[in-house]
Amino acid sequence: MIYFDNSATTQVLPEVLQTYQTVSEKIWGNPSSLHNFGESAWHLLEQSRAQIASLLGVLPSEILFTSGGTEGDNWVVKGTAIEKRSFGKHLITTAVEHPAIHNSMEQLEQLGFDVTYLPVDENGRISVEDLKAALRADTILVSVMAVNNEIGTIQPLKEVAEVLKDYPKVHYHIDAVQGIGKGIQSLIFNGRVDFVTFSGHKFHAPRGMGFIYKKQGRKIAPLLTGGGQERNLRSGTENLPAIAAMAKALRVLLDKEAQSIKVERQIKQTILHHIEQFENVTIFSKDSALFAPHILCFAIEGVRGETIVHAFEQHGIYISTTSACSSKKHLASSTLTAMGVPEAVSTSAVRVSLGDQNTFEEAAEFNDVFDTLYQEFKKIM
Amino acid sequence: MQYSEIMVRYGELSTKGKNRKSFIDRLGSNVRKVLHDLPEVKIQANRDRLHVSLNGADSDQVVDRLKLVFGIQNFSPSVKVDRTFEATAEMAAQMVKEQLGTTKTFKVNTRRSDHQFPIDTNEMNTRLGEYLLEAFPELSVDVHQPDLVVRVEIRANGIFLSSQTIQGAGGLPVGTSGKGMLMLSGGIDSPVAGYLGMKRGVSMEMVHFFSPPYTSEQALAKAQELTGKLARYSGTIQFLQVPFTEIQETVKEKVPEGYLMTVQRRMMLRLTAALALKRHGLAIFNGESLGQVASQTMESMLAINDVTTLPILRPVVSLDKTEIIKIAEDIDTYQLSILPFEDCCTIFAPPSPKTKPNLERARVYESRLDVEGLMQRALDGVKIVEVHAGEEFLNQEADAFAELL
Repeated sequence: MIYFDNSATTQVLPEVLQTYQTVSEKIWGNPSSLHNFGESAWHLLEQSRAQIASLLGVLPSEILFTSGGTEGDNWVVKGTAIEKRSFGKHLITTAVEHPAIHNSMEQLEQLGFDVTYLPVDENGRISVEDLKAALRADTILVSVMAVNNEIGTIQPLKEVAEVLKDYPKVHYHIDAVQGIGKGIQSLIFNGRVDFVTFSGHKFHAPRGMGFIYKKQGRKIAPLLTGGGQERNLRSGTENLPAIAAMAKALRVLLDKEAQSIKVERQIKQTILHHIEQFENVTIFSKDSALFAPHILCFAIEGVRGETIVHAFEQHGIYISTTSACSSKKHLASSTLTAMGVPEAVSTSAVRVSLGDQNTFEEAAEFNDVFDTLYQEFKKIM
Repeated sequence: MQYSEIMVRYGELSTKGKNRKSFIDRLGSNVRKVLHDLPEVKIQANRDRLHVSLNGADSDQVVDRLKLVFGIQNFSPSVKVDRTFEATAEMAAQMVKEQLGTTKTFKVNTRRSDHQFPIDTNEMNTRLGEYLLEAFPELSVDVHQPDLVVRVEIRANGIFLSSQTIQGAGGLPVGTSGKGMLMLSGGIDSPVAGYLGMKRGVSMEMVHFFSPPYTSEQALAKAQELTGKLARYSGTIQFLQVPFTEIQETVKEKVPEGYLMTVQRRMMLRLTAALALKRHGLAIFNGESLGQVASQTMESMLAINDVTTLPILRPVVSLDKTEIIKIAEDIDTYQLSILPFEDCCTIFAPPSPKTKPNLERARVYESRLDVEGLMQRALDGVKIVEVHAGEEFLNQEADAFAELL
């Protein structure tokens, strides 16, 4: 099997699973319990938090655990809206966000909030001029993704930070679910960002675990109230085995980050430069620094995305239509639509997303299979 | 940049006349203490400067530790080059290049302690300035408020260049003001009081009262870990744990509820004074801030202070709680202090202690106790632990957890 769908999810690493199992077996006390068995769990919780913080160069108190990317995005958007509703009811985001942001924004619109969706250019990037024009006195949040999950565009996070330096009260949120371990930490932790969303299962940690960064001093309303865990901001007994496993997965990820992105970029180039020679192929994820190293989105005009995915699957190669979330709904890619790509092309788009376990041999095999399939597709083009 | 030495400038002690030598010696030994695990580092405490020769040690690590040593005004990591103009100019250009982003103007500041060297101060300033202007045409010279100062020290053993000045912790070297006993509970205030005392040169010993089973091992570990935080400012601290269970139980049994706290605090102060006497302490420090809680009214201080003639110093007496918390956060004790373990002050706290206790009545109630006997038994049970800088006590499994993570 060749797994080229790493933006959908990743395989839990054996050593990460080992941590999960050891913690489940041995350190299963409740971190809130007073006795020393619970105390021990609490220490592991805080040690995990401290490790994640130190890997990212932030304070331990700035890391808050969640159930994953969707919760993190929902929390920052809705928690900001609740916390700051008396200061303003205007939020800004982009037209190409993940549904966890987009649908949260729509929910807020139904509650009377006003949302501006920034348009994107042919590369899927927003412009800071549009952002400047959209900012108002009652703007409370600007939410921008780090790396687009469908085509891999890296948003101008530093430029947004520069603009927002003049708006110190506006919360600046970055959805970095696809951006961690891809060599852009300095763009994400850019000195102005207030909130960042992360999801564990995108970097070989178990499902159902993630965290947000919340800059010290910034306020956000909790969505989950209860026993007061996570500084009274996110209640619920801590999922300690998954937290410890994620702390480990993050260390492993960042330890080999430089090497991984080099290989991922080269694999992407190998495939990109091969398939771009074919007449009906349109490449959306260019080979440039504007795009993440691990995502390659392309369309074969005249062939539907599902058809391409299933054809590759017959050869043991797993790719996806543009995002796992939209793939079963038979919808055209929302990112490509926002970029102005005609529906005839966008319904033919598929995504190859790479991980640190992928190899050049797999890229070569992909290219061979591509040649075979392209000949077959010619019959229906 | 690979630095060869760090040049340390003294703080207030420069003004201290004939005490100067003992201040410098003390600072030298304190610096040695915080760098003791780096054998390659050599320290030379001269009359006007202290020189830390790195000999390959990681300068970032040394810088981080020096920032915590009281008695240092500021310091500059510097690079040693051969005693030629060419070597000096080359290194100066490299230093300027590293800081080009934030620099528009600069000046050269030369000090020539070796007058045998053929280029004098003015000539070095001019020639090096010209050299740098030529190398970096985008820069200009500003002798009054430059963005960057390139410091050149011409000494007999080489020329030392530096371009950064890092703020030190200020204050007086720990130990130059004598020894004090800090009553350390585990709350927010007492570690801050200890820190402020140490900043004024006091060598502090911690006195912690613990009352098993009413207080937990965790509360004790927390106090010890707080001590480890404070020890970063002095290298090591003696931690004196005083058993307090019998006294607390007896006071609870024999003293009316309104005076429980007053009499209990009188006993603590007596014990601390006795320990100070035995260990040559000159004063007692505590974290009392006026009017915060019942024990901290002036009436209460009067009724408690009665048991000793030793000075009781209260560095945070006039600070607001928010000001104390700010310092606690700066010295990284706050998060520890707020861990919710019962300590000896909270465990028997009555619902309504007297906020204005009467001294005479406190004396009368106390006379119901066998003060001498209680004191003796507590003092006999004192345990002393030497706590090192940054030592941790709460998380006993940190190493095992690190393997998992």
